[in-house]
Amino acid sequence: MAGMTVTEKILARASDKGSVSPGDVVFARVDKLMMHDVSGPGVIKLFNEWEKRGKKFEGIWDPERVWITEDHFVPAPDRISADNINALSAWSEKYGVKKHFKYGMGQYGICHTLSHEEALVLPGEVYVGGDSHTNTTGAMGAFAAGLGHTDIAYVLMNGVIWFRVPETMLFRLSGLKPDYIMAKDMILAIIGDIGTDGANYKAMQFSGEIVENLPMEERLTLTNMTTEAGAKNGIIESDATTDQYIRERTDAKYTPLVGDKNAEFSEVFEYEIDKLEPIVAKPFSPGNISAARELQGIEVNKAYIGSCTGAKLEDLRLAAKFMKGKKVKIRTEVLPATQSIYIKAMKEGLINTFVEAGAVVGPPTCGACCGAHMGVLGKDEICISTTNRNFPGRMGHVESQTYLASPMVVAASSLTGKITDPRDAVKN
Amino acid sequence: MKGRVHKYERDNIDTDVIIPGPYLKIHDHKELAKHAMEGIDPKFPEKVSEGDFLVCGSNFGCGSSREHAPIALSYLGIKAILAPSFARIFYRNAVDGGYLLPIEIEESTMERISDKDELEVDTDRNKITNLSKNDESYNMKPFPELISKIVKAGGLMNFKYDKEERKTRGDT
Repeated sequence: MAGMTVTEKILARASDKGSVSPGDVVFARVDKLMMHDVSGPGVIKLFNEWEKRGKKFEGIWDPERVWITEDHFVPAPDRISADNINALSAWSEKYGVKKHFKYGMGQYGICHTLSHEEALVLPGEVYVGGDSHTNTTGAMGAFAAGLGHTDIAYVLMNGVIWFRVPETMLFRLSGLKPDYIMAKDMILAIIGDIGTDGANYKAMQFSGEIVENLPMEERLTLTNMTTEAGAKNGIIESDATTDQYIRERTDAKYTPLVGDKNAEFSEVFEYEIDKLEPIVAKPFSPGNISAARELQGIEVNKAYIGSCTGAKLEDLRLAAKFMKGKKVKIRTEVLPATQSIYIKAMKEGLINTFVEAGAVVGPPTCGACCGAHMGVLGKDEICISTTNRNFPGRMGHVESQTYLASPMVVAASSLTGKITDPRDAVKN
Repeated sequence: MKGRVHKYERDNIDTDVIIPGPYLKIHDHKELAKHAMEGIDPKFPEKVSEGDFLVCGSNFGCGSSREHAPIALSYLGIKAILAPSFARIFYRNAVDGGYLLPIEIEESTMERISDKDELEVDTDRNKITNLSKNDESYNMKPFPELISKIVKAGGLMNFKYDKEERKTRGDT
């Protein structure tokens, strides 16, 4: 009998089954749940409607397994957003949810970054979040998938949710990683190859010596953008790097799972990373890729270093390397993904570097990544960004344009006002 | 179900096009509906009548998990979307929320159907009849068993586990 992949093993354990195969539908027990200021108000609206219809709640399934973030529209840019955030606070109070990360009250930030910064999800767990980039947290060796607010409300009541067990596509990344290559380049190359629906309904698993040697934050960039290929989840089996990262943050116990030696994959892709060049995704799709050097003459108006994809500590460190002692040529924004990363960046002098280079440093928020606020793009504005999507209107006006790239490419481009390969910036 | 077609043939119609990011803070369904498909056709809300269908290219609804997308379309009266494929979260939001039906059709069927055609969609027999093209008929992909049950229940919240599913849950 064929063995199981790590995704299959986690779903089998969570549904009390000896084994599962792709295509099976299971109701899996959920270990952790997240909602934020966009998905949360939808959940609250559903709860209110049911209460109006006479349904009584004794409480949610497990307040200890739930956390809430304020990240999309914070600090509140308008009254509607402020009302949403206040409603969330009232809800978490009512249902006894203690892990509510509020802005202006210590640790807070983008939900996906908090999930690993705070080690809220552990290897082998089933984690659902009311946000499509929930896939990010799969780099911790967990099954992590995004859901809409009806499904989130269902889990809050029942502690279980249905999943069709996905086929797993394996991506083996080998070779030696060149200094100017980041995980962002790797995942953009993969999406360029398989397309934005190339992994629809499937799991994307990453392995190989490159992945083994990547620090945790870089691994998280790989799984983060599996969403852009349509994947149900992205996953990396936990190892010593994962364990060390978790132990620096919590002493919580966990029982990790890894796939069987004879696990069956629907497809296996081999990538030699030595040969990879810095990659940029052009408007209007994350799959519309080119080598950065092929685009080097293109002028941009703005550089954006932010989001769950591209504003982790390692992202800020590498961006700062390029910007230290230099001046930006175009509007440049830096928004650390969480308060804890902001503090670390400050202690390492990175914030000084950005501000002295002329960039504006903003608070942790999803901000302009989703066109919400804090630097949205106007008509015909062209941005190079460390974020994850560049659909029409994603970061602002429907006739603005976004190029997606690694923090190194974005930092290098901020100094020239043109799309710049980091190797060429070093030479200058 | 009978209704008129609004066709947008483009592949990968994403959630930023269906309901742009700035409206995510809005949770009033009527207000959201005013902005449905704003990224592709700002006049869309005026064109739709109760019971109409959307016919679109593949990977419809890719992008974010925002349930605002099926909510806005359903509030306008869209009862089903016919496309060669759907992004996973959009698909489950449409079904689990009980908003509208995501119906998978062949690429060639999508090409055959024109804007403003009148269709009859029969999910019991998995048949689509084009009343504007001499009643020519097309197949639709049957819903998987669980999806079919959730659709019949009117959404996940009204869905009752049967014995087999309880066993899956582990609380027999």
